[in-house]
Amino acid sequence: MLVYTVRRMLVAVPTLLFISLILFLLLDLAPGDPTAQLPLTIPSEVKEKIRLSLGLGEPIHVRYLLWLQQFFVNEPLHLLSELTGLDLAGDRPRVISWQSRSPVVDIVVERLPQTLWVVGLSYVVGVLIAVPVGVVSACRQYSWFDQLGTFASMVGFSVPTFFSGVLLIVVFSVHLGWFPSIYDTTHRVTDWDSLLFQVRQMAMPVMVLAFYNAAQISRFMRASTLDNLNLDYVRTARAKGMPERIVILVHVLRNSIGPVVTVIALGVPTIFGGAIITEQVFKVNGLGQLLIISIQASDLPMVQTLTFIFAVLIVLFNLLADLLYGIVDPRIRYD
Amino acid sequence: MIEAAPLRSSRGRDVWLQFKSHKGALLGCGFFVFVLCFVTIGPAFWTIDPQFIDVRTRNSGMSLAHPLGTDQLGRDMLARLMIGGRTSVAVGIAAMLLSLLIGGLIGILAGFVRRLDGPLMRLTDLFLALPLLPLLLVVILLFRDTLRATFGPETGIFFLIVAVIGITSWMQTARVVRGEVLTVKEREFVIAAKSIGTPAHRIVRRHILPNVLSPIMVSAALGIANAIITESALSFLGLGFPSDFATWGRLLFDATDYLQGYPSRVLWPGLAISLTVLSVNYMGDGLRDSLDPRMRGR
Repeated sequence: MLVYTVRRMLVAVPTLLFISLILFLLLDLAPGDPTAQLPLTIPSEVKEKIRLSLGLGEPIHVRYLLWLQQFFVNEPLHLLSELTGLDLAGDRPRVISWQSRSPVVDIVVERLPQTLWVVGLSYVVGVLIAVPVGVVSACRQYSWFDQLGTFASMVGFSVPTFFSGVLLIVVFSVHLGWFPSIYDTTHRVTDWDSLLFQVRQMAMPVMVLAFYNAAQISRFMRASTLDNLNLDYVRTARAKGMPERIVILVHVLRNSIGPVVTVIALGVPTIFGGAIITEQVFKVNGLGQLLIISIQASDLPMVQTLTFIFAVLIVLFNLLADLLYGIVDPRIRYD
Repeated sequence: MIEAAPLRSSRGRDVWLQFKSHKGALLGCGFFVFVLCFVTIGPAFWTIDPQFIDVRTRNSGMSLAHPLGTDQLGRDMLARLMIGGRTSVAVGIAAMLLSLLIGGLIGILAGFVRRLDGPLMRLTDLFLALPLLPLLLVVILLFRDTLRATFGPETGIFFLIVAVIGITSWMQTARVVRGEVLTVKEREFVIAAKSIGTPAHRIVRRHILPNVLSPIMVSAALGIANAIITESALSFLGLGFPSDFATWGRLLFDATDYLQGYPSRVLWPGLAISLTVLSVNYMGDGLRDSLDPRMRGR
């Protein structure tokens, strides 16, 4: 297991390097020039100096290596020294956002809690809904509950979040006035009232994403449980006289949750991507919204960093999914 | 004497019988045909120009003259829904075809040519590790202006969106097709064809391709759904088609500004996207069930 983990981590390194190269080249070779937006009154030699100050004068492989060094050495060191209070980084250059002129990683760290709260909570809620619904639908196949659940899950992943979100705003904010339609990030939870407000403003984005996630996971859960229900060991358990509750909850659930755990782990990074839209709908200023505004402002360092962070998440959770599968299902051996 | 029915037609009938018994798939199929008619021949019957600005009737609700009302400039919503749907569905189908082409080609090559299997599957894994939606946004931002200048504002963006959706959604098809090719390749009829000296390209075309058609058809259905949602999402984020060029996602995006006053304007394009995607997904579900021989007769 340990050997497998180490080997997979070593494979992840070239994958990530390759992805970073693709991202770097994509942004670098794209037509367009960061100085093109500057006023025409700036003389061309000054423009050239601006280009040099942005680091655009060097040949492409030097710039790529410099970027790698900044991203993998300098930024973690700065982050560490902020966390520990020690001066580890010295005055190593940082990745600076063109838009706000402050270090990219600082802004990302600032935005991260909002995204984690909204996205993470919605994922947890989604899983908590999906697993029981999937199991019950499979046990009562073709019952009204199953029909309803299957239909709801079909609707759930067919209706895009930018429509279901807007629909919820129309119903709950405009007509009923229960929830605020805009997420207030400056809000601090200090007492019960402010906690209630926080819950109310998180309700809608979490509901939208949770429904979307639950729709996908419950389909897998149902299929996986159905596959297991007709197997011999289930018949044996019933023949031994086990109550149906034990058969389902102990025997079947334990065996059918394996593939679903993989699906859940693989879904986490795509959720970060999907949350871009939900954050935009509810004006949550998380990572997704940061990506959108940096794209609109052509803030290349920020876009590069964020896209790469998303890529790291995907590779990381792929690895995690494989490892989890081995833990949940002991029959799987990675030797 | 019992006459054996020709194999092909009987398989086709089996598939159709199974497909027919799937109510959702049948309904979805019907609705998708309706959407296709709505966006292609609809404008021939509903002759109001979707670009015609009539400020005096702006923001009107449902009426006989404007069954779905008008927008903030007095443009007829029904006509705009038709013309916008034409773009959305066209993008969906074109992107699906492109992704099928790439995915099918890579899947067949990887399954059939052993030497290419490793590299092509690593490439597929790599594409699966890319953060797709952020990347789509970045690519569109970077290449929008150049393509606009070369092909004109609408055609340029159309090509760009179809290309980026196609290039980023072929991986599942490639994997499924490869798996299917690997099993079909070892079957007797392929070995027999090989033994009489059939050239490789003809084996692929005559023997392998027809047998891997069913997973390709299923991913075609799901591909349309995915492409329509992605295009609408891009338009919704303001990075799709130009603002005066209607698509369903764009209509929805524009309507959110007037959410409080005229919530019904959000409803129509949103419903159009959701119902189309739902019907296509049901079609895919039904196709998967009916093309899988193990499911037949259940």
